Amino acid sequence: MAIRIEALRVVRNERIVIPGLDLTVPRGELVGLLGPSGCGKSTLMRSIVGVQRVTGGTVEVFGEPAGSPALRNRIGYLTQQPSVYQDLTVIENLRYFAKVIGVPRKDLDEEVARLLGLVDLADHASSRAGSLSGGQLSRVSLAAALVGAPELLVLDEPTVGLDPVLRRDLWSIFRGLARSGVTLLVSSHVMDEATRCDRLLLMRAGAMLADDTLHGVLDATGAADAEQAFLTLVDRATERQPADRAAGNQGAAGQSSAQGGGPA
Amino acid sequence: MNPTLTTATAARVLQQIRHDHRTLGLMLVMPCVLLGLLAWIYQNTPVFDSIGAPLLGIFPFLTMFLVTSIATLRERQSGTLERLLAMPLGKGDMVGGYALAFGLLATVQAVVASGFALLVLGLDVAGAAWLLLLVAVVDALLGTALGLFLSAFAATEFQAVQFLPAFVLPQFLLCGLLVPRDQLPTVLQWVSDVLPLSYAVDAMQTITSDANGTAQVLGDVAVVLGFVVALIGLGAATLRRRTP
Repeated sequence: MAIRIEALRVVRNERIVIPGLDLTVPRGELVGLLGPSGCGKSTLMRSIVGVQRVTGGTVEVFGEPAGSPALRNRIGYLTQQPSVYQDLTVIENLRYFAKVIGVPRKDLDEEVARLLGLVDLADHASSRAGSLSGGQLSRVSLAAALVGAPELLVLDEPTVGLDPVLRRDLWSIFRGLARSGVTLLVSSHVMDEATRCDRLLLMRAGAMLADDTLHGVLDATGAADAEQAFLTLVDRATERQPADRAAGNQGAAGQSSAQGGGPA
Repeated sequence: MNPTLTTATAARVLQQIRHDHRTLGLMLVMPCVLLGLLAWIYQNTPVFDSIGAPLLGIFPFLTMFLVTSIATLRERQSGTLERLLAMPLGKGDMVGGYALAFGLLATVQAVVASGFALLVLGLDVAGAAWLLLLVAVVDALLGTALGLFLSAFAATEFQAVQFLPAFVLPQFLLCGLLVPRDQLPTVLQWVSDVLPLSYAVDAMQTITSDANGTAQVLGDVAVVLGFVVALIGLGAATLRRRTP
């Protein structure tokens, strides 16, 4: 199992962001984490990476508690904002992050060239990161998350603000990585990215509305696409437990069955 | 701490500064300009010779404090700190890398400023020139260490800049430059005794007036270095991998 979460609870600034969440992700799966902004996607991802202070529950990655030193070169993490040094060139950024992850000095050039090719930035290798466009900058940040071939990638909105061609290319990179055994958890607030994933987690208000394949979600809701399905699930959840959210009773859905399968 | 990661971090910080020519220029030139101004204000009087050395210690302390505070705050705000702490970078590597990089810059700055004061402005001190240089470097390191530690408590640039009047200027008032420390009211003397800048200025004042004060100066240097090590240690200890 790549990720195993039990009863995760996160309270930030006295606000319950994740009331109690269970989740398991097997190795090699490409999992889409979809939901509106503010629903707790980033907090969940930060908890998995081990940089979020959690209030309760357990989070394990590859059988180790999240954030353990042994995990730090096995997980690639892309934060939502492009977290690179704007005053360094693209190459200087990638070389530094590659050194930190432990790429040997003699392999640095090769690794940086591989990353630049992967995110299609070879033409901008010597540009200062701060002089790049928003989309290019987020690709530098993505390349930095891919250094050293991590086994688990936690990518917080990697395709936001990118043009459709580039988004398609990135998703095909993600697919290729998953095929080679890498586990990916990719968040997005664009519902149509659901079609690219093995498995969908539809998140709202810190809880999973659904945890299924796109097919399964569509079947369970009778909706035509992921966005419709999400809306249907939200409506059902609100009907069933109108003011119950803050109490934290709404756990995650069981594996491969959309929660809220019937009207209250 | 891992030496490879610490030096890689220091090299990266220096690379960032190298791309920023204006900052580099300001860091190296401003202490000289201020010392030059001071010498000009007090031309034909013995005042420059008596306060030149202490101020040679204080100017690099100030600039290094500011540069370090802002640099580490930027690291926090840009998300790069979060990324690095999710990677195999130790907290000591982070703080140590900054200390190393800015320590190197501080040394260059201190050499330039001391050389300018001694050779161009004709600053005349009783003690040895190497001692003057040593104290200037250690003072600049103190600024870096204080900046590294305090920036952890600044959430915004506004707060970071306000730390200058809050934590640096009181040290300046109490360091013995305005009123000799032994003439301060007793309570203020106690406060002055626990502030690192007091020892930095004590050392410079000894160099100014006493040709045989090397041992005393080295004692003060040891105290300041103790503060430097403690502040860097605290800076690493207060760095948190997990944030709310």
